Amino acid sequence: MLEVEDLHVEFRTRDGVARVLNGVSYHVSAGETLAVLGESGSGKSVTAQAIMGILDTPPAHVTRGSVRFHGEELLTASPERRRAVRAEGVAMIFQDALSALNPVFTVGFQIEEQLRLRRGMSRAQARARAVELLDLVRIPAARQRVREYPHQFSGGMRQRAMIAMALALDPEVLIADEPTTALDVTVQAQIMDLLAEIQRERRMGLVLITHDLGVVAEVADRIVVMYAGRIVEQADAVSLFRAPGHPYTAALMRSLPRLDSKGTALETIRGLPPSLLRIPPGCPFHPRCPRAQGVCVTHVPPDVRLGLGRTSACHFAEGVVGGGGVGG
Amino acid sequence: MEGASVAELLEVRDLVKHFPVTRGVAFRRTVGHVRAVDGVSFSLRAGETLGVVGESGCGKSTLAQVLMRLEPPTSGTALFEGEPMFSLRGAALRRWRRDMQIVLQDPYTSLNPRMTVGDIVGEPFEIHPEVAPRGSRAGRVRELLDVVGLNPEHLNRYPHQFSGGQRQRIGIARALALRPKVIVCDEPVSALDVSIQAQVMNLLAELQGEFGLAYIFIAHDLSVVRHLSDRVAVMYLGKIVEIGTEEEIYRHPTHPYTQALLSAVPVADPALRGRRDVIRLTGDVPSPVDPPSGCRFRTRCWKARDVCATDEPALVTRVGNHPSACHFAEERHVVP
Repeated sequence: MLEVEDLHVEFRTRDGVARVLNGVSYHVSAGETLAVLGESGSGKSVTAQAIMGILDTPPAHVTRGSVRFHGEELLTASPERRRAVRAEGVAMIFQDALSALNPVFTVGFQIEEQLRLRRGMSRAQARARAVELLDLVRIPAARQRVREYPHQFSGGMRQRAMIAMALALDPEVLIADEPTTALDVTVQAQIMDLLAEIQRERRMGLVLITHDLGVVAEVADRIVVMYAGRIVEQADAVSLFRAPGHPYTAALMRSLPRLDSKGTALETIRGLPPSLLRIPPGCPFHPRCPRAQGVCVTHVPPDVRLGLGRTSACHFAEGVVGGGGVGG
Repeated sequence: MEGASVAELLEVRDLVKHFPVTRGVAFRRTVGHVRAVDGVSFSLRAGETLGVVGESGCGKSTLAQVLMRLEPPTSGTALFEGEPMFSLRGAALRRWRRDMQIVLQDPYTSLNPRMTVGDIVGEPFEIHPEVAPRGSRAGRVRELLDVVGLNPEHLNRYPHQFSGGQRQRIGIARALALRPKVIVCDEPVSALDVSIQAQVMNLLAELQGEFGLAYIFIAHDLSVVRHLSDRVAVMYLGKIVEIGTEEEIYRHPTHPYTQALLSAVPVADPALRGRRDVIRLTGDVPSPVDPPSGCRFRTRCWKARDVCATDEPALVTRVGNHPSACHFAEERHVVP
């Protein structure tokens, strides 16, 4: 339904050209949850912004690739067409709801605006629909709260309001960029339950961008792991957690505190993620990789197939996946 | 003096910190209080780690500020090696400050961008010259950078030349400079990426072994706290609701809030999906300006009965071996 193919994005900065995305491809189908996992600077949010057409240009430039929605190319579409797709085809929610909502308009107004513009609803119809939507995301006393401003909402409530706004035009795909990172763990659980439920009922495609392996394990059908602007691994959730196919994924899992890690040193990934201005040649992970060999420095690894729908961009992918997994 | 029981390094009793809420500009009046910390008691032994967990607004960071004497307490006492630390003055206060240091959450704002790393880590010696005489300072700073895993040759660099994880190491080096007995760590790894978080946690554990440090480790991430803590205190709306050993809190929690908190943590194992005991709380944490009567958790608690609205449950041992502030405390196993 939504497809990204070979996407390249660079940021032209004063310090040089940062290659933020270097050939990213993924797709999401109706009713499916795709998790995009990565640390800061991996390119997971930039990919989403490129899909939505909300990259700041300059400095960002899409230099290659394709974003298709139901087969229609979006990167070359007219601004009007993109706006239409953005409203009704693919919607997005963000980590920081307070800055994503407009502080000078009521929550209700911001939901109603799109209904009136896109659906031609009257004020009264739009208001009624906005109340329904706030009800749907379980905001108590929706009829009153629809008239309040974002600052009058708590953090969890704002996140709900933003979800309501994103759902207003029945999008087929929802991109959620770290939707619960700023929230407390009990509220995070509520919001993830809500997203999962809405997605199930509407058979919506969900792209969940996160750095949290726990959240991924709980909701994802498929997972893509990003590092330095590339997808290093993709797999279904169960296989990936049972036996990661890329050394980076494996190391990430081992660095999490676990039940049996108490009193022992956690395994770490040595060094730091690379600067996107100077991505190492060959495999971008090789300076930090315990398995790195000569070939990793000289050759960019291809996507090695590890079974149905599973790939790993590692020269030694079979060895990594065969080397046994590390349970949760 | 030595003979007295100094096993407890720090003994905190009934600590309270209220912040006034004011209205008006010319005629400012107090209209209420944020009860950020509202009667907290615990003790800390030399060399141990006490984890403090809770969600935003539970008072854990205010607790850190009061313990560091960055904010005066509203009431309550704290004995440090048997001495009441809130009434220390002059030279005694300065000496105590050496013993208790803090590492803050945000490695970007907690380091002065105009100072070199050497000056940041060496600054404590300006105030406490007795720890390192002038001539030996540069050497001490190099040692400290080395201890926290930074290149000692980088002491002339500025904070912006370091990554987040490295900056947190600088903050740790600064806290270590005066050879403290206690370091309060306020969310020391929550601003860091997963791969960097493990490095800093390992460093904290190593330093504890090497220098016999006690930590008060404040964090919202329950698995991070579990990994490092000997004992754990769970806070909700300014109070400790349950306190015990790591094993007691994680394997045998008896307070409903602790159980809900543990159950809300996602588990990194898709095989357990739908097979866990899941407790979902409704609503948000109430305002600390006007906390619920009786038990503060009752508005979100599935066990709440009339008595919970009228009688505040004391933090005492009702079942098992550790105290829990619930009238209906009972064990429930929620973590796989």
